[in-house]
Amino acid sequence: MVTRQKKVEIANLKVWYGRHEALKGISLDVYRHEVLGIIGPAQSGKTTLLKVLNRTLESVPGSAMEGTVKIDGADIMKVDSVFDLRRKVGMVAPLPVGLPMSIFDNVAFAPRKAGINAAAELEAIVERCLRQAALWEEVKDRLHSLGSRLSGGQQQRLTIARALSHQPEILCLDEFSIAIDPVTTMRIEDVLKELRSQITIVLVTNLVQQAKRLANRTAFLLNGELIEIGDTEVMFSDRPASRQTYEYVNGLFG
Amino acid sequence: MVGRRPWEIASEKLIELVIRICGISAVLFVFGIFFFVFREGSDLLFHRFNFREFFTSIEWYPTSQSHVRYGVLALIAGSASVTALAMAIAVPFGLGAAIFISEFCGPKLKETLKITIELLAAIPSVVWGFIGLTVMNPMIITLFHAPIGLNVLNAGIILALMSVPIIVSIAEDALKAVPDSYREAALALGATRWQVVYRVLLPAAKNGLLAAVLLGVGRAVGETMAVLMATGHAVKIPSSVLDSVRTLTATIAAELGEASMHSDHYQILFIIGVLLFLITFAVNLTADLIVKGIRGK
Amino acid sequence: MNLSPDNPTIMQERPRQARAAAESGPRFGETRLVRKKLWAEAIARSIFLLMALLMILPLLLIVGYLFYQAWPILSWDFLVTNPRNGMRLGGIWSPLLGTIYLVVISLVIATPIGVLAAVYLNEYAPDNWFTRIIHLAVVNLAGVPSIVHALFGLGAFVLFAGLGRSIVAASLTLAIMTLPVIIASTKEALASVPLSFREACWCVGATRWQTIRAVVLPNAISGILTGIILQVSRAAGETAPIMFTGAVFFKAIKEGNPFAYGLFDQCMALSMHLFTISTQVPDVPKALPYGIAVVLLATVLLVNILAIVLRVYLRSRKKW
Repeated sequence: MVTRQKKVEIANLKVWYGRHEALKGISLDVYRHEVLGIIGPAQSGKTTLLKVLNRTLESVPGSAMEGTVKIDGADIMKVDSVFDLRRKVGMVAPLPVGLPMSIFDNVAFAPRKAGINAAAELEAIVERCLRQAALWEEVKDRLHSLGSRLSGGQQQRLTIARALSHQPEILCLDEFSIAIDPVTTMRIEDVLKELRSQITIVLVTNLVQQAKRLANRTAFLLNGELIEIGDTEVMFSDRPASRQTYEYVNGLFG
Repeated sequence: MVGRRPWEIASEKLIELVIRICGISAVLFVFGIFFFVFREGSDLLFHRFNFREFFTSIEWYPTSQSHVRYGVLALIAGSASVTALAMAIAVPFGLGAAIFISEFCGPKLKETLKITIELLAAIPSVVWGFIGLTVMNPMIITLFHAPIGLNVLNAGIILALMSVPIIVSIAEDALKAVPDSYREAALALGATRWQVVYRVLLPAAKNGLLAAVLLGVGRAVGETMAVLMATGHAVKIPSSVLDSVRTLTATIAAELGEASMHSDHYQILFIIGVLLFLITFAVNLTADLIVKGIRGK
Repeated sequence: MNLSPDNPTIMQERPRQARAAAESGPRFGETRLVRKKLWAEAIARSIFLLMALLMILPLLLIVGYLFYQAWPILSWDFLVTNPRNGMRLGGIWSPLLGTIYLVVISLVIATPIGVLAAVYLNEYAPDNWFTRIIHLAVVNLAGVPSIVHALFGLGAFVLFAGLGRSIVAASLTLAIMTLPVIIASTKEALASVPLSFREACWCVGATRWQTIRAVVLPNAISGILTGIILQVSRAAGETAPIMFTGAVFFKAIKEGNPFAYGLFDQCMALSMHLFTISTQVPDVPKALPYGIAVVLLATVLLVNILAIVLRVYLRSRKKW
């Protein structure tokens, strides 16, 4: 149910870490309710792009940014509250992070900090998010045990539950399957397939096949530049617009 | 999502302000210390102070009825001699212990040694002074046939034991900071562990080791109670380690009680305090610059 | 039979014998140079071990000797009765109570400031020259001689602030003196909380302070407690800073009353008491100063051991 409405508009985005230019003038749009896959070898700027979206780039010492990024037409650098922005954009990091508190508190963390305190409401949110992250059945009887003691795959699903707990409109996933086994990866991919009718998903992945499975459109980043962006079918066919795309997708480099 | 209540947002701004104030508190206190100590001696300093006599004369007669003299050279010599002897003992032993703990030691022994050194550091200076008076004093008199056991030697040994923990701690940190790849590379070339230490580690860690020594010096120069009780009370430049001396710190502690408020004697003691502050400030600053380089961290 | 380990046949046919030959015969590669090196290494190791031990031995001997000399006078009575007869007889109740007052009040003042200062340095401070100056200031504050702290306390609290020589003035002086201890311990504990926890919180829209309060501070409690304990140990043992700001030679208070001192009174203190008894009071019974030294030393050492035990215990209970 991909629409033609633009959710995210990125215009001529440049990012520097000190003197190193990590993103060299990226322009792309993300449409509402689509899954946009972002592929490319290491150090292409994929993670940097995500960090710009939820404005956590600012915490990296020595970073600088140029260009405009708009979400729903509003410039993200000019919003009233950067915290509300971060609640709009859910982020799942490559390495699972279980906060050192109970599983319940892990998922209830974001709603609480946003001002929700009613016990019934929090319980409903926790159950919904854990179900959406395919973790509910495994932990429903021990919601008060430590989140940091779960297995890697469970912690990654917990991270996803946490990312969903503040009802983001855009969900960003940064190489989420790096630290987890293939079975759990498939379960999470099923979750993403269900979610994409409700929210917009930006999926950064080093597994080219994952983009093929999940993404409506795919963008190929190389060394901080956007080489090509288009329908996934076209990107993975014999005739993408750029030769480099063909070579990377078919494993000839990277 | 429900928004946060306004008083929550306001109280968060308040606590972050308090945090920032506490953050700069150390700077405020350091300035404050200098300011208030300087202030108490400022009258004498600006109107009647004789720089030359202060720094070059060994005649310290603050309470003389007829001819008051404020020469601190002998006191500086006292501080310097005690510190020098303390460092002569503490530096080799401290560095040796640091090298042992860092390079030659098994984990169990390491834990025990580190705990013992921590406990050594915890002993209050007045207890060290007491040890100097009651234990070292008779020992020195018997062993060296000295007329009096309260002298440079007594205080020097005590200060050495007091300074060793800080030297060991910083030196050990400096050695730990040398990357393991240096050690592995040297061992792969056939060096023994001892050779790794003196050919690779000591040169690599020399900044940190120098800083360790400097901080030890700072500790020794600034010590008050132990030297007050262990150096005797002779204001003169020592000619042997068995001579009694007086340090800058001990002078202030011993005479401040007798000096009447805001008198010249009182003020000169505060001026000595300023001098001590500047000395330890310079030592600490140098140690920090050596470790971090001139650029920011 | 050629038993040398260089003989390949023997390695295959008689592995056990080959191994024995390898271990007993001339070592592979051993030359005079190698043997000399190993000798030098063994000597170096022994010298360094000796150096380390030579520092510890004095500690043990001294503590033992002090205990031995103090033994006749140590008793419960010693702790709870006041000094009498020009302090030649009786116990150490008034100095003990005074030390407790000074320690507790300086603790209450120093802890919030120190913890929040460490929070600023570790969580908020930007990477610029001003932060460097703050670091320098903390290091310098730790290095200021104790007598200079006394002069500062006298000039700032006793005189300028008009508090007079009092427990309040002395406690303030002690608080500023022991601030670096709390800052250092707290900073270490805060830094041990992984950055990934903070980033995870920021990503879901939590503010800096919300993150600190919910995740960072609770997991840094061990370091904060250690810092507090170390502060107590230093505050209890210091003499110079309190000598001119509120501690006195002698003050008569009622025995057994824990509230005998007022905040603006002067007080006696264990450290000061040890000093005066050993340098200014003639004809004391031999065991008395040793008794005071032992009580002071035992308090300080026990407090430090408590800090070490706490550190080990909390390390084992880490939540991640």
